[in-house]
Amino acid sequence: MLRFLVGRIGLLIPTFLGVTLVAFSFIRLLPGDPLDLLAGERGIDPARKAELLHQMGFDRPLWHQYLMYLGDILQGDLGTSFVSKKPVLEEFFTLFPATVELSLCAIFIAVAIGIPAGIFAAVKRGSFFDQTIMGTALVGYSMPIFWWGLLLIIFFSGILQWTPVSGRISLIYFFPQVTGFMLIDSLLSGQEGAFKSAVSHLILPSVVLATIPLAVIARQTRSAMLEVLGEDYVRTARAKGLAPFRVIGLHALRNALIPVITTIGLQVGVLLAGAILTETIFSWPGIGKWLVDSISRRDYFVVQGALLMIAGVVMLVNLIVDVLYGLINPRIRHN
Amino acid sequence: MNIRRITKATLLGVSFAAVMASAASAKTLVYCSEGSPEGFDPALYTAGTTFDASSKPVFNRLVEFKRGTTEVLPGLAESWSVSDDGTEYTFNLRKGVKFHSTDYFTPTRDFNADDVIFSFERQLKKDNPWNTYTAGAAWEYFDGMSMPDLIKEIVKVDDYTVKFVLNRPEAPMIANLAMDFASIQSKEYADKLEADGTRDLLNQQPVGTGPFQFVGYQKDAVIRYAANPDYFGGKQPIDNLIFAITTDASVRLQKLKAGECHVMPYPAPADIEDIKADGNLQLQEQQGLNVGYLAYNTKQAPFDNPKVRKALNMAINKQAILDAVFQGAGQAAKNPIPPTMWSYNDAIQDDPYDPEASKKMLEEAGVKDLQMKVWAMPVQRPYNPNARRMAELIQADFAKVGVGVEIVSYEWGEYLSRSKAEDRDGAVLLGWTGDNGDPDNFLAVLLGCDAVGGANRAQWCDKDFEDLIQKAKVATDRAERTKLYEQAQVVFKEQAPWATIAHSVVFMPMSAKVSGYVMDPLGGHWFDGVDIAE
Repeated sequence: MLRFLVGRIGLLIPTFLGVTLVAFSFIRLLPGDPLDLLAGERGIDPARKAELLHQMGFDRPLWHQYLMYLGDILQGDLGTSFVSKKPVLEEFFTLFPATVELSLCAIFIAVAIGIPAGIFAAVKRGSFFDQTIMGTALVGYSMPIFWWGLLLIIFFSGILQWTPVSGRISLIYFFPQVTGFMLIDSLLSGQEGAFKSAVSHLILPSVVLATIPLAVIARQTRSAMLEVLGEDYVRTARAKGLAPFRVIGLHALRNALIPVITTIGLQVGVLLAGAILTETIFSWPGIGKWLVDSISRRDYFVVQGALLMIAGVVMLVNLIVDVLYGLINPRIRHN
Repeated sequence: MNIRRITKATLLGVSFAAVMASAASAKTLVYCSEGSPEGFDPALYTAGTTFDASSKPVFNRLVEFKRGTTEVLPGLAESWSVSDDGTEYTFNLRKGVKFHSTDYFTPTRDFNADDVIFSFERQLKKDNPWNTYTAGAAWEYFDGMSMPDLIKEIVKVDDYTVKFVLNRPEAPMIANLAMDFASIQSKEYADKLEADGTRDLLNQQPVGTGPFQFVGYQKDAVIRYAANPDYFGGKQPIDNLIFAITTDASVRLQKLKAGECHVMPYPAPADIEDIKADGNLQLQEQQGLNVGYLAYNTKQAPFDNPKVRKALNMAINKQAILDAVFQGAGQAAKNPIPPTMWSYNDAIQDDPYDPEASKKMLEEAGVKDLQMKVWAMPVQRPYNPNARRMAELIQADFAKVGVGVEIVSYEWGEYLSRSKAEDRDGAVLLGWTGDNGDPDNFLAVLLGCDAVGGANRAQWCDKDFEDLIQKAKVATDRAERTKLYEQAQVVFKEQAPWATIAHSVVFMPMSAKVSGYVMDPLGGHWFDGVDIAE
């Protein structure tokens, strides 16, 4: 197991270096620079611009800038935001809990609905329910997130007034950020109604963010279940007269879940990408919105840092999934 | 989590709870702002969103714009005088003005001349320790308004008298000092931060003299302010001001309708009718202090010929553009400055829309089968909500007079940078929103000879025009300046370096419960004097 783990972690190092290079070059490949954008229609004096670029080290050869950046990363310094003048890492850790909270709720919804729906569709294969569930999943998968989010806001917040429009908690509640997770902080604050308000604010964005993963998980569960239900041991179990609930719930589902867990792991990347749009619609102060703003402002260090940290999270989650998979399935860790 | 963090959080919690206790019966106004502030030291930035959250609620300046106008009134300076040669401005400062007392700073003295000197010298002097107090500090507005060339020195005459000595006379100087970069910081607070080794906090936890004091900012989500109990202009009708950052215009409107906020900026043009029809909302509107234009490259044939430029201007159907692009929320522009600005020359006749005459003029100028580029901005601006559509309409108009148009566009930063080039190929769609209400801020910045290769996208340097605006820049008498600018507009119209397209109307939806809100022609959002019914 240790060898397996070392091997997997060893693989992370070149991946991480690759990500630093991609993140570094990506933002520099985009035309335009932060100073032109800052100066706007007025423009900036070329001499003054050269002076500022020099101050920020952007006039050095690209390879030199990259090596300096790499050196800083190794010392745990992701640079300072050109806009807010704050360290990138500090901003990341301020905003990251909001994204994690939203993503966890979304994945909870996706799993809690997606897996039973997939099982049901597989068991009732070809039926009206199967067609409906799979049709809905396809629609969910193809839905433009921005449009979907606005539609839910107009319906549930505007017309029915069941949920708040946007934000993380009602503005009447005001307490310091302790963990950064609003559900926990609202409980810690002891203010009456704060937790309820935080939950109600989470519902719509979580549903929107969960839509695509839910569709993927439901479809994956259905096809994995169908495969397993055709296996000999399931037929044997049925022949032995086991109750259908035990056959499906214990024998079939356990094996069908292995590819589903992998899919759930892979959804972390999808969630973080989906968070960019969801956070923008729902004014959710997370890293997705932060990244979008930074790209449009050409805030080099923030874009690099955000991409690096997001990639880091995805790699870490995948490592955990790999390890879990290795634990479940010995063939993988021995190969 | 370490003990220190828990303790800090608990202490913060206690003080916030105190604020909340008083907030239970307090009047709170929520403003759905369109974006996050970049920071809270206005001199470091140029974006209106940042100024709305920093300079406007928290700070004051020596002089202030009268709300709803571009007229300049006393602010932290009670009065001022200008020397006969126009190079010395002496300000008599207001006494008894208090800086904010907050959780993080308690002032021990009132505002005085040291604060004024500190606020400007950090921007002016490269050797000032605060000139580079935060990473990549660029005093972009101060530099952009040519302050380093203009200000020779700032002298403290006594504790309540400050003298600005200029290198040359500059009539717009007073209006410049009402701008956001000229916000007055507390030197005592800066000294404290210096001593604590936390200079960066000047840009994160502001201390000013303004109507509201900063309470807290949760990044990308909420900014909280409380009314300043010691404000020299009197206590505000509301107790708390909250900015709920909401970037999407449709979501902002939904929040306004749901009562989650009371005022919102920048509604989507398509929503205006819906807002007007809603009995719970009110809609204010105002002529924006802006102009959208198409700048020819006057250094390039055949656009170096005023007759060709004039002919093309006559081919543009501005009414069609107003209907399609501005959806009625604009008016046709005939001058380079908006009608709400003093010295606007209303006697000038606009070039009529006349494709036949235009065709004839082009023939007379010897222009045949002309192919040109029109640059369309990739972003939405108040002076041009849809540049691509505008370019398409111009393309169709020019086709009617036999001129072929290729529409080009670049990423915004690249667009701004490339369009400045003197050898640029094609005419550029761009615009401008005024900074300080002075005509010099349009005419010299956008059409002056010094701005060729910079903000003067027409690359137009006309001797007659330049003489007039230079004379107006140093003249101190408003009537004399008005005359000179009126003449300059006549020269502009004859020479036609731009096709002036439109001045837009800016809308501000708010709850019917809100009273006292006055729209700012300069595009800022101010909440002093605003009240909300219970």
